[in-house]
Amino acid sequence: MILIVAEHANGKLSKSAYELATAARGLKREGGVTALVLGSGVASVAGAAALIADQVLVADSAELAQYDAEVWSAAVAQIAAEGEAEVVLIAGSRSGREYSPRVAVKLDAPLLEDVTSLKDESGVLHAEHYTFLTRVTERVEAKAAVVVVTVKAGAFAPAAAGTTAAEQFDVDLELPKRRLVVTGSTKEKTGRIALTEADIVVSGGRGVGTPEGFVQLVEGLADQLGAAVGATRAVVDAGWRPYSEQVGQTGKTVQPKVYIAVGISGAVQHLSGMNKSKCIVAINKDGDAPIFKIADYGIVGDVKEIVPAMIQELRK
Amino acid sequence: MRILTLIRQVLDAEESVRVRNGVVELEGSKLVMDTMDEYGVEEALRLRESGAEAEIVAVAVGPARAEEAVRTALAMGADRGIHVVTDVTLDAIALSSVMAQIAKAEGAELIFCGGQEADWDSQALGAATAERLGWPQATWTSALELKGTTLVGKHEADEGSESFEVALPAVVTTQQGLNEPRYPTLPNIMKSKKKEIRKETLENYGVAAKVKVNGVEIQVKERLKKILDGKDAAGAAAQLVKMLREDAGVIG
Repeated sequence: MILIVAEHANGKLSKSAYELATAARGLKREGGVTALVLGSGVASVAGAAALIADQVLVADSAELAQYDAEVWSAAVAQIAAEGEAEVVLIAGSRSGREYSPRVAVKLDAPLLEDVTSLKDESGVLHAEHYTFLTRVTERVEAKAAVVVVTVKAGAFAPAAAGTTAAEQFDVDLELPKRRLVVTGSTKEKTGRIALTEADIVVSGGRGVGTPEGFVQLVEGLADQLGAAVGATRAVVDAGWRPYSEQVGQTGKTVQPKVYIAVGISGAVQHLSGMNKSKCIVAINKDGDAPIFKIADYGIVGDVKEIVPAMIQELRK
Repeated sequence: MRILTLIRQVLDAEESVRVRNGVVELEGSKLVMDTMDEYGVEEALRLRESGAEAEIVAVAVGPARAEEAVRTALAMGADRGIHVVTDVTLDAIALSSVMAQIAKAEGAELIFCGGQEADWDSQALGAATAERLGWPQATWTSALELKGTTLVGKHEADEGSESFEVALPAVVTTQQGLNEPRYPTLPNIMKSKKKEIRKETLENYGVAAKVKVNGVEIQVKERLKKILDGKDAAGAAAQLVKMLREDAGVIG
């Protein structure tokens, strides 16, 4: 049996769940694909998961209203052990990558992290993942009774939802006490699509000049394109933008259909978060900036003139 | 209290990566303590400077050259080092067993570990070590204080950030923004040469890699590099939008 942990947010099944379903379908294991939904008030999410899996296990309880690494890892390990899962697929989200190591330790399983490909060859899992700040692709394999895998966002095409719903089963779990007490949270509600789920990302760097310039140019262009907004570390460090928008080694990794870099020179730490984008567009005044070396399209010029002209052109 | 900071020696991010015979060649390149680990050492020092009585121990598992990274931690102010000398490459899950055994033997109450180091791009070591010890973890920590025996801090979650409290013992993984690591001063570098680095062998820990590495490659995607001159902003903008719509087909 292959277990996928179906993430969800705001009452909707996340894109990553559909991507995990595709990754799972590519493996040759008996017993089909089981989706696990953890949360509180997740009936509609479980319904959506039933269209991409062969069976759905639902743990719906108030205790699961909020994510916690220890609670999640205990829940997933328990289900994996009871169901004798051979492969446990977890989204390569921040939380997925945070609790998955604990699942691997509990199950005494190897962990394949943030994989971009996954193949089954006579019971051995073969995968690829990036190393050295996304500059190197490493080929790895693991053979064990159970292997835990986190899957990089965007690496697999999302599975299409089927027309017949799989059977759902409620499960009771023995959950540990939370020890990391969350005393407050600041969720940035931008009304925009999530950075790691977007087909188009518009990102800004210091070259946009000021926080106001960022709003006008980067947000302006993103609004016109229905895109997510990203930022460089320099811009986040300067306090212009929230950390949640940061793309790069210490921020988020994205691989959208098109990544538009506005006033970004292209430090290696930033490139590691976006260099796998299918198409890269750069607008920067310095033609020697490293970003142009990995750009498909670009303009060398003043972002304050070019981006407003692009916005105007797009409105036509 | 004893604080462990886990150290990895990695390729300097500014260095270019070369692959030879299926491995990344590090010979002749600048190797440094990972920046993420520097945040951990710095934070341990700051906790002590803000009043916590603590011994700070820098721990590394790696080849002979990894001693340089431990030495850097000592020059920053860590009290002593433990270096498990090995040329075996361990994945994070296997390595966490070594770290947890050392933490137990040392009676540590707090462990700092890099959020994601620049060589293996893994985020698993801190969490796996915490699990083996039965400790809670705070990952991607951007602010930290010690109040009595409780850590109070801020960290990044899936969307946005959270304030948290967690009682010791605990594992904390770092990220940029947690602090600004100090540079070792010359007197401290001199002093660090006298500090103890205990050498151990991996065999004592009974671990083996759980993941087999079959090779590495540098996959460079060919980029079109159609770069326009933006002196005529309106003209260039119109042409770029046209190319993105018609040639690339990536925008509507």
